[in-house]
Amino acid sequence: MSKETIRLKLKVWRQEGPKVKGELKNYEVEISTHASFLEMLDVLNEDLIHKGERPVEFEHDCREGICGSCSLVVNGMAHGPQANTAVCQLHMRHFKDGETITIEPWRASAFPIVKDLVVDRSAFDRIISAGGFISVNTGSATDANSILIGKDLADHAFDYATCIGCGACVAACPNASASLFTGAKISQLALLPQGDPERKRRVQSMVNQMDVEGFGDCSNHGECEAVCPKGISISAIAMMRREYVKSYF
Amino acid sequence: MSINFKTVENSSRLDAKAPSGPLESKWKNHKKDVKLVSPANKRKHTIIVVGTGLAGASAAATLAELGYNVKALTIHDSPRRAHSIAAQGGINAAKNYQNDGDTIHRLFYDTIKGGDYRAREANVHRLAEESVNIIDQAVAQGVPFGREYGGVLSNRSFGGAQVSRTFYAKGQTGQQLLLGAYSAMMRMVDAGKIELLTRREMLDLVTVDGVARGVVARNLETGEIEKYAGSAVLLCTGGYGNVYYLSTNAKNSNVTAAWRAHKKGAFFGNPCYVQIHPTCIPQSGDYQSKLTLMSESLRNDGRVWVPKKEGDTRKPVQIPEDERDYFLERKYPSFGNLVPRDVASRNAKYACDEGRGVGATGKAVYLDFADSIKRLGQKTIEDRYGNLFEMYERITGDNPYETPMRIYPAVHYTMGGLWVDYNLMTTVPGCFALGEANFSDHGANRLGASALMQGLADGYFVIPYTLGDYIANNSLKPVSTDHDAFKASVVEQEERINKLLNINGNKTTLEFHRELGAVVWDNIGMSRTKEGLEEAIVKIRAIKEEFWTNLKLTGEKNTFNKYLEFAGRVADFIELAELMAMDAWHRNESCGGHFREEYQTPDGEALRNDDEFAYAAAWEFAGEGKEYTMHKENLVFENVKLSQRSYK
Ligand SMILES: Cc1cc2nc3c(=O)[nH]c(=O)nc-3n(C[C@H](O)[C@H](O)[C@H](O)COP(=O)(O)OP(=O)(O)OC[C@H]3O[C@@H](n4cnc5c(N)ncnc54)[C@H](O)[C@@H]3O)c2cc1C
Ligand code: FES
Repeated sequence: MSKETIRLKLKVWRQEGPKVKGELKNYEVEISTHASFLEMLDVLNEDLIHKGERPVEFEHDCREGICGSCSLVVNGMAHGPQANTAVCQLHMRHFKDGETITIEPWRASAFPIVKDLVVDRSAFDRIISAGGFISVNTGSATDANSILIGKDLADHAFDYATCIGCGACVAACPNASASLFTGAKISQLALLPQGDPERKRRVQSMVNQMDVEGFGDCSNHGECEAVCPKGISISAIAMMRREYVKSYF
Repeated sequence: MSINFKTVENSSRLDAKAPSGPLESKWKNHKKDVKLVSPANKRKHTIIVVGTGLAGASAAATLAELGYNVKALTIHDSPRRAHSIAAQGGINAAKNYQNDGDTIHRLFYDTIKGGDYRAREANVHRLAEESVNIIDQAVAQGVPFGREYGGVLSNRSFGGAQVSRTFYAKGQTGQQLLLGAYSAMMRMVDAGKIELLTRREMLDLVTVDGVARGVVARNLETGEIEKYAGSAVLLCTGGYGNVYYLSTNAKNSNVTAAWRAHKKGAFFGNPCYVQIHPTCIPQSGDYQSKLTLMSESLRNDGRVWVPKKEGDTRKPVQIPEDERDYFLERKYPSFGNLVPRDVASRNAKYACDEGRGVGATGKAVYLDFADSIKRLGQKTIEDRYGNLFEMYERITGDNPYETPMRIYPAVHYTMGGLWVDYNLMTTVPGCFALGEANFSDHGANRLGASALMQGLADGYFVIPYTLGDYIANNSLKPVSTDHDAFKASVVEQEERINKLLNINGNKTTLEFHRELGAVVWDNIGMSRTKEGLEEAIVKIRAIKEEFWTNLKLTGEKNTFNKYLEFAGRVADFIELAELMAMDAWHRNESCGGHFREEYQTPDGEALRNDDEFAYAAAWEFAGEGKEYTMHKENLVFENVKLSQRSYK
């Protein structure tokens, strides 16, 4: 075995469906250190299919950290050990030969498991549809440069807008709170002049939806910020709280 | 070998319906002439939108705002995950905010020329006209584009243009535009005007009396085959770059929706027009699942080279200056490393084919920043490309400040797609195609930052008019999903899925896909020959035969089963690949992304043949095992003069 290849023991969460009990199962895989984490799972799945077994289901699409599909808890950490990195961008050179890796799905009651490592994150869509938008019909916009927004402000709003909706913040939070996700959208729109007319209704209705979906409250653990692949600042939550309080005056 | 198909010159089946009159007033007049649907009547119509990328999300939102009932289907668990999210560089618009002489006509001209004169003038001009409205709309939605200190929007320049007209949101323009369209869409979900159907894969277009009246889709969580009926179907299902297996496209990007519609009568336009991007991170091993794009801007400061000697395995720093071949600078002294995408890609391939490629696989060339770092200092290079260097290091483990990057071309975009008329309608009445899924306004080659523009123009500003006209002109009677056409389609899809699951062979979906990809890449990739294309057809047919007798799938159909989804898509890719080869084989010229080695200038540039090939090829499927018919839409150029490109 060349030193560019490592052998790993895997403990992978297997669950047939939403209402079935799941368990961790053991597997072994041999993989190049240049491969990505998801490619390691591809290799495992090829092996399982050849053996006539059912492959491990997991979400993925862009594999470059932007679509927010991938959603694995690796050794207890949402998206694994590398900071500011979605698990699809994590490469196997960060693991050692002979290491055991535990792979689990996001766990939160608002994200029910669909199968194996795949969960249902439609609650996020419902939070957005409760108010994460600016009400402007197509065709009714004014010339883009008629709205002046200073570079600093625009960049600040952009930092919150980079959220990829992966749900790692919820998975990492001891209370399974969706505050970072919701706060990021509220902050982006609250900073921009276009978002001003609807700001009160927006924050009330999005926060309300967050509760309806069964997400927990935020008690300032900060785990969300630590795992966010886009490094979104927890200041979004503070801004959401301020917006919420202000909305009643 | 014989490749047989029928040809229809100047086909009457391809009425482009481009309005008459001067170019500048065609779209304005058309908008004046289209029939309108009253608000009370719009409420009676259900429109099925398949796909929620830029094209689908913008169309769904806008049609719902107008009062139609929209059913929006997507493979993903949320509309926000569509492949559009990954677009990096920017979006073009002829705003002329920089006062550098941009006009709608100039954007039109650049796009037509960039496409090597293989697109329809009227469509391209409309695209340029609507480009300005897209930026206004996006800003109103809160899309945080890059701005100047004074508060106005920033622009950057992109390949193929002499003006600065590209709007961007850092390296995440696609993400921000999609999230804008997605939020508009979710607002209409909240208003009860859009029924959002996530994790649904369209498997068939359902026609009643030859008119599109719905789709059949698989619920990807339960496996159930579901039926959706409506007054029209909009296919916004993206491009087919994944036919190559390795591409910069997201893993779920596929041709299935377009292909199934094709088999129901929608002609497929110019399938051989594919764009290959020169600066991608090369493949590192067999396990490789996709390729990552590195911004083209890197070529501004990086020098491309390979060793002069074949099979030189020394480390790059050990290779002395006079043993390096800076092949782009050598062959193209005036453009150097900044030649267009297709030229840069092809030359990298030639160097590797000669055995001078670098890295473990020999399929890469160096992109070296050492000279720029010496000249400008590491700080400047870091400011310009810091995030890209970081991304490169994350993936490869190499530090590009110390050792040259390794790059190789990768498939990036497909200009071909379903043939549509000026109203974006396919040859099946009531079935429209938007965004990358249609055969597009980009001709044989797309300019950077123009795909986002086209997807959003189609969805926000074109389809609301042209769909209304279709609805108003046809008294469509309601159709129920109990209609026999729906029932027959469900049976057909169930049989197909059972068949896939019951082959019980030895080769996995991925193995077939990889094998197909290698053939398509080698023979229908950057450079093509008559013999190579004939060979490809033989190999593709053999893969098809083996696929249906030796596929191995596990798991069940009535549950989430990603490999079952992929198997269905690979089956369609195999069929598409054969059509691509046939299209490339018949087009005895080189144009844009289609380079036939037999047709080049003495300088090695693409040599068009405007006398014989200034047409769009639209392929009609006649039935399994039957000969294809190729219909020609002759392209008439009244506003531009056709010229030959040169980058020497
Ligand atoms: C890495 C990369 C960078 C790029 N950068 C730029 C750039 O800077 N500027 C630019 O202009 N262009 C860029 N492009 C091109 C551009 O991103 C795409 O052409 C464009 O986003 C396509 O949009 P779309 O709406 O047509 O399709 P997509 O965004 O691909 O959406 C397709 C939709 O269809 C759905 N779908 C597909 N099949 C089915 C089915 N059978 N049933 C149900 N749903 C289905 C999917 O779920 C998805 O919602 C880039 C492309 C890549 C790969
Ligand atoms: S797969 Fe898209 S973010 Fe990981």
